[in-house]
Amino acid sequence: MKTVFSKPQALNDAVMHYCPGCSHGVAHRLVAEALDHYGITERTVGVAPVGCAVLMYDYFNCDIQEAPHGRAPAIATGMKRSRPDLIIFTYQGDGDLASIGLSEIIHCANRGENITVIFINNTVYGMTGGQMAPTTLPGQKTTTSPYGRSLTANGYPMKMAEMLAPLEGTSYVGRMALDTPGNTLKARKMIFKAFDMQIKGMGFSFVELLSTCPTNWGMSPSQSIKRLQDELIPYFPLGVFKEKEVVD
Amino acid sequence: MSESKRILVKGNEALSMGAIKAGCLYYFGYPITPQNEVPEYMSRVLPGLGGEYVQAESELAAINMVMGASALGVRSMTSSSSPGISLMQESLSYIAGQELPAVIVNVVRCGPGLGGIAASQSDYFQAVKGGGHGDYKLIVLAPASVQEMYDHTMLAFHLADRYRNPVLVLADAVLGQMQEPIVEREEVPPEPRKPWALTGAKDRPMRYLKSLYLKEGELEAHNKLLQEKYREIEKHEVRFEEFKTADANLIVTAFGTSARIVRTAVNMAREKGLKVGLFRPETVYPFPKVRLKTLSESIKDFLVVEMNTGQMVEDVRLSVIGDTSVQFYGRPGGGMPTPLEVLGEIEKNYSGQ
Ligand SMILES: Cc1ncc(C[n+]2csc(CCOP(=O)(O)OP(=O)(O)O)c2C)c(N)n1
Ligand code: SF4
Repeated sequence: MKTVFSKPQALNDAVMHYCPGCSHGVAHRLVAEALDHYGITERTVGVAPVGCAVLMYDYFNCDIQEAPHGRAPAIATGMKRSRPDLIIFTYQGDGDLASIGLSEIIHCANRGENITVIFINNTVYGMTGGQMAPTTLPGQKTTTSPYGRSLTANGYPMKMAEMLAPLEGTSYVGRMALDTPGNTLKARKMIFKAFDMQIKGMGFSFVELLSTCPTNWGMSPSQSIKRLQDELIPYFPLGVFKEKEVVD
Repeated sequence: MSESKRILVKGNEALSMGAIKAGCLYYFGYPITPQNEVPEYMSRVLPGLGGEYVQAESELAAINMVMGASALGVRSMTSSSSPGISLMQESLSYIAGQELPAVIVNVVRCGPGLGGIAASQSDYFQAVKGGGHGDYKLIVLAPASVQEMYDHTMLAFHLADRYRNPVLVLADAVLGQMQEPIVEREEVPPEPRKPWALTGAKDRPMRYLKSLYLKEGELEAHNKLLQEKYREIEKHEVRFEEFKTADANLIVTAFGTSARIVRTAVNMAREKGLKVGLFRPETVYPFPKVRLKTLSESIKDFLVVEMNTGQMVEDVRLSVIGDTSVQFYGRPGGGMPTPLEVLGEIEKNYSGQ
């Protein structure tokens, strides 16, 4: 019998704690497939964020350290500089990466640290119960923007991929949505590319994944996909913002 | 040891040399006076040794870089001065919680706030009581000479690995800036194996390092283990120096730079026929409370001298037996006690019993 579908080797069999319809599970799977594809699980160390993915060490078969909130890129820097032979990735939410850890991500990217960052943009603080994030859309209601995000009071949603792409240190910057199978395949390709860049020593690589948080959006999984398509994708355009040419 | 091997260096250089001798090839830091000679030395020397100097964007980033290198089992360090150390507190708590080794040097300046760049000891509480959140302890070494800046930094790496615990070297601006001759050490204790380190899950199951414990009872058990470790440290790692205490009627307790001032004052008092001694904790956590208690069984008068408004004095009062008199003399941030002032305090408090 031919196997057409199986769990990636880089993931274990544990049942994930993520809510039904949450994108974290899909994103984990795509990262794990990249580790399998390049055969790097045994020399990879992941850095977990503070956020819903804090428990990701329960699912991956690679070594993982838990970072303080927002500091994963600094942890990853310490790792990569002291053991450049290891593959280092961080996995961070939008509160973690674009708010409290904004300085760390920008400087890490600007130094061109040869690491890979997977960025889950679900426009809310998931773990703490759906508060406003730096990526919350204009007018979006959250538990701390009960009247909708006001642009005068809170500024505009951060477009991280667009911010990081112009930095000289970045080798690859892409954004994709985890909505349709087609886009998920494209996201997979981007994540593969991001790890490939690191393996080839090209410097900082970054993939932003537009994600759902049905629980805190107060929606069903299918309504969440629709919101992602109707509201997130128009504001956060999909595509590759930067790709350095690989010099072999 | 031959005299010819002595070299004249600043305290900040000495601690850098001690770190490198201990095998630390990775330094992460952010500039702040009065410790800038450390990043300057490291950035000059480490590349030639195959190591790395990374100028972090902040002390927040610096301590997390140390935490990352440490997670892989690699010796690395950071140094800073008071405001920078304040910024590191969250991660020091994480490092203690994840039971990782790390070496941090605080070349203390005076606060509060931006304060000033002169020497002070006003970060004692922050260092020994735990400046961050949660029940944790740093091992805290208090050098009092340029030689000890070298030796204690070396020792810090050893203790950090041995107990999987962050170790803070609590220096100050005087110790960082002054020059004294030092002897470099030949022997380095071997670095222990680190079976907990994240090295890639090759030929073994994956490993993780965390400080989040959500399951019923798990966190309390983890905390109890940490406390057991601290009791071990208190049992085995107390270090102190005694100077002319054997026949003393009054003991002055001081650490770091103030212990140097006190030493001069003790000699002055001895010339006047007063039986005075100096007790100098080299580890301020673990604090030498057992020895202080024993001393207080026969000596009734204690004086504590600090470059702050009274911090270590609390630990001395907790250590000695009930009816001991423990007086305090200190100069807050921006001031420094003189030997004459200390002599005056000795004379004031000397009962001669
Ligand atoms: C210093 C600090 N501040 C605040 C928190 C509380 N906190 C935990 S998770 C989180 C936000 C997580 O949101 P996000 O990064 O978007 O990830 P998600 O949960 O949505 O995946 C916050 C604010 C914390 N743990 N530490
Ligand atoms: S709260 Fe949101 S982000 Fe967190 S697991 Fe649930 S759906 Fe996912």
